[in-house]
Amino acid sequence: MNTLRQIIAVTAVNLRAIPSRLGSSMVIVIGIAGVVGVLVALLSMAAGFKATLAGTGTHERAIVLRGGSTDELGSVITREQAAIITDTPGIARDADGTPQAIAEFYLLTDVAKPGADTPSNVVVRGTRVDVGRVRPEFRIVAGRMFTPGVREVVVGRAVAAQFETLRIGNTVDVRDGPWTIVGVFETGGDVHESELWVDAGALETASRRTAYNSVTVRLESAAAFATFKDALTTDPRMVVSAQREPDYYASRSEQLHLLIRILGYTVAVIMGIGAVFGALNVMYAAVATRAVEIATLRALGFGGLPVVVSVMIESLLLALAGGLVGAVVAYVFFNGYTVNTLNFQTFSQVAFAFRVTPELIRQGLAWALTMGLIGGLFPAIRAARLPIVEALRTG
Amino acid sequence: MRYLPLIWATLWRRPPRTLFTMLSIAVAFLLYALLTAVNAAFNTGIEVAGADRLVTTGRYSLTQVLPAGHIQKIQSLPGVALVAGQSWFGGYYQKESNFFPQFPTQIEPYLAMYPEIVLPEDQKQAMLRTRTGAIIAKTLADRYGFSIGDRIPIIAGIWPLADGSNNWEFDLVGIFDTKNPKDRSIYEMMLFHHEYFDEARQFGKGTVGWMVVKTRDPAQNETVIQQIDALFANSPHETRTQTEKAFNQAFIKQMGDIGLIMSSIIGAVFFTLLFLTGNTMMQSVRERIPELAVLKTLGYSDGGVLALVLAESLALCLLAALSGLALAAVLLPGIAAKLPGFSGLALTPGAFAGAVAIAVLLALVVGLIPALRAMRLQIVDALAAR
Repeated sequence: MNTLRQIIAVTAVNLRAIPSRLGSSMVIVIGIAGVVGVLVALLSMAAGFKATLAGTGTHERAIVLRGGSTDELGSVITREQAAIITDTPGIARDADGTPQAIAEFYLLTDVAKPGADTPSNVVVRGTRVDVGRVRPEFRIVAGRMFTPGVREVVVGRAVAAQFETLRIGNTVDVRDGPWTIVGVFETGGDVHESELWVDAGALETASRRTAYNSVTVRLESAAAFATFKDALTTDPRMVVSAQREPDYYASRSEQLHLLIRILGYTVAVIMGIGAVFGALNVMYAAVATRAVEIATLRALGFGGLPVVVSVMIESLLLALAGGLVGAVVAYVFFNGYTVNTLNFQTFSQVAFAFRVTPELIRQGLAWALTMGLIGGLFPAIRAARLPIVEALRTG
Repeated sequence: MRYLPLIWATLWRRPPRTLFTMLSIAVAFLLYALLTAVNAAFNTGIEVAGADRLVTTGRYSLTQVLPAGHIQKIQSLPGVALVAGQSWFGGYYQKESNFFPQFPTQIEPYLAMYPEIVLPEDQKQAMLRTRTGAIIAKTLADRYGFSIGDRIPIIAGIWPLADGSNNWEFDLVGIFDTKNPKDRSIYEMMLFHHEYFDEARQFGKGTVGWMVVKTRDPAQNETVIQQIDALFANSPHETRTQTEKAFNQAFIKQMGDIGLIMSSIIGAVFFTLLFLTGNTMMQSVRERIPELAVLKTLGYSDGGVLALVLAESLALCLLAALSGLALAAVLLPGIAAKLPGFSGLALTPGAFAGAVAIAVLLALVVGLIPALRAMRLQIVDALAAR
């Protein structure tokens, strides 16, 4: 109990003195804020990208690609195959018995941002007006749906926000000349909102394609996936692969997600080492200026432990403050910040928003405390070992 | 020069403090060197682009396929020296994460228009003789342990063989490198014969992905670009021709603003650093006020004291920056060997010069306030520790 009381007393004295060393204390706060800010910002970019892709689709839906194809762009599903797939057991059916399946074209077109002459690969999905049967989350939020057989486009909300030219009434080159934009749609913030949707029939004529890229089906239930998959893979007429939608889309985010995270952690580790050196500097200086005070306490009979703890607590509190500042700055500046980038696994543009999640803030604070711990430990030991008599004499 | 020992002595007045400060500055410059190297690797595509090379793609997207007949038609244009059709194979070795680009291409014209790709003559001849042959970048051969004579299995992501199987196999007959090691990233790929690819694939026969065109004279580029696109205008397969430089630039732009992200990080690092170093310099000058007063008493001018403090700051920053850069130079080759697609990572002279300039600027910024304070010191006040 006595030690605890001593700790509280010494720490209180110490913390009350922080304002007198404000300038140097700010070095720890700002140094650590910089590290945590950069770490949280980069990780929130990775998290936002992953959430956009992994949040696409439901377990009640499956996507069918050519066996061996890693994405829709590289997949080919012929008309005959599409007919067989649509008829496979396990697919949910409408009241009239029509299977809830949709065969789609998936291709890329160059869209340039206004003022830029360098185009970006934007996805064009050739689908059907009744796409809502398979994707009930689909909703037109402005304008109207395209007309079957007509060269009209509805644009996803995210891609419309990133490319100012994609406005209702404007045209966009899809294939064989310009197509008119007639509406904007949303699908619950997933990756489809980075796409342009057009009528499959119109696109088939304009692009002179004969085969689809994928078939998306709604299953009777999430559990019906096994039935569906087994029936497909044992069919001798074709080699196709079926994946649950969330599995497929999550796998398409893996590489970029990993790359951004590696970058984030590498930068944070290197910066963190720099910040720890800065913290060590400040805490050694703090101990040096308090040498007389510490020696006096020791002479009065205070133990070494309370001195160590008080220095550590000061360092940790400053680090925590730095971590909070960094996390708040990252949150204020980056949360919801929307960018678009090329997902090299699908070779197409994906628009996504940075997501500063509570988990990332927790992680940032853990980093801050670790840096504070290392930065405080050695100066604290020095403080406890100060030779009392000498320290009092120099003072 | 005779002040050097004095500067050196004051710099190491408190060794731990100087050491920690130097280490944190060194770490910042290490990060600067690594990030600029990554950024430069992204941009090598623009630098290495041949002035006399054009790229012809489908009008609406690079991913549109074009009829192989386009090759002959372009070849017959007066300003065109060579044409090589290419396709994107999109396969992988063993597993998807072992990805590297593979291009079926017309080997002879391709190698003729890319003199920066160095392939021994006998291996080139072997390649031209071997229908199922392939040549691969040295960095890839090293990474996956391929050697000449190996049969390399590649799993098709897009193009199955005629029997529906995805298991392609190629005979490795050559290993190439780039003239300049820093261009390795951009040519880290595997090449094989487009003719063989076209015969063996299940669908898409008679098409190419895009064409690389070498003009007779770079001055004719614009004319040739217009001629090519006019040749196919209003046909079912319209084209879009760009210089290779513009093409590569557009490709990099697609990645989003990598450069912006890199410079934001570097900015945050240096801002943080400014605080750390500035604080140390202030502390150091504050402690030495009586000593500086003694110097002034001995006859040192105000300007002399200012210069001394600035020189100390300069020595601190430069020494630290150089050690950070040296560490980066040691680490980069190892990172380059491990990071797929970045085998050209290196510290460029430009990045080095930039780092030195930043170090000098940093030294001036953090040194100025303490130096001014030292200059304005009143001897009597300072000696009395007021």
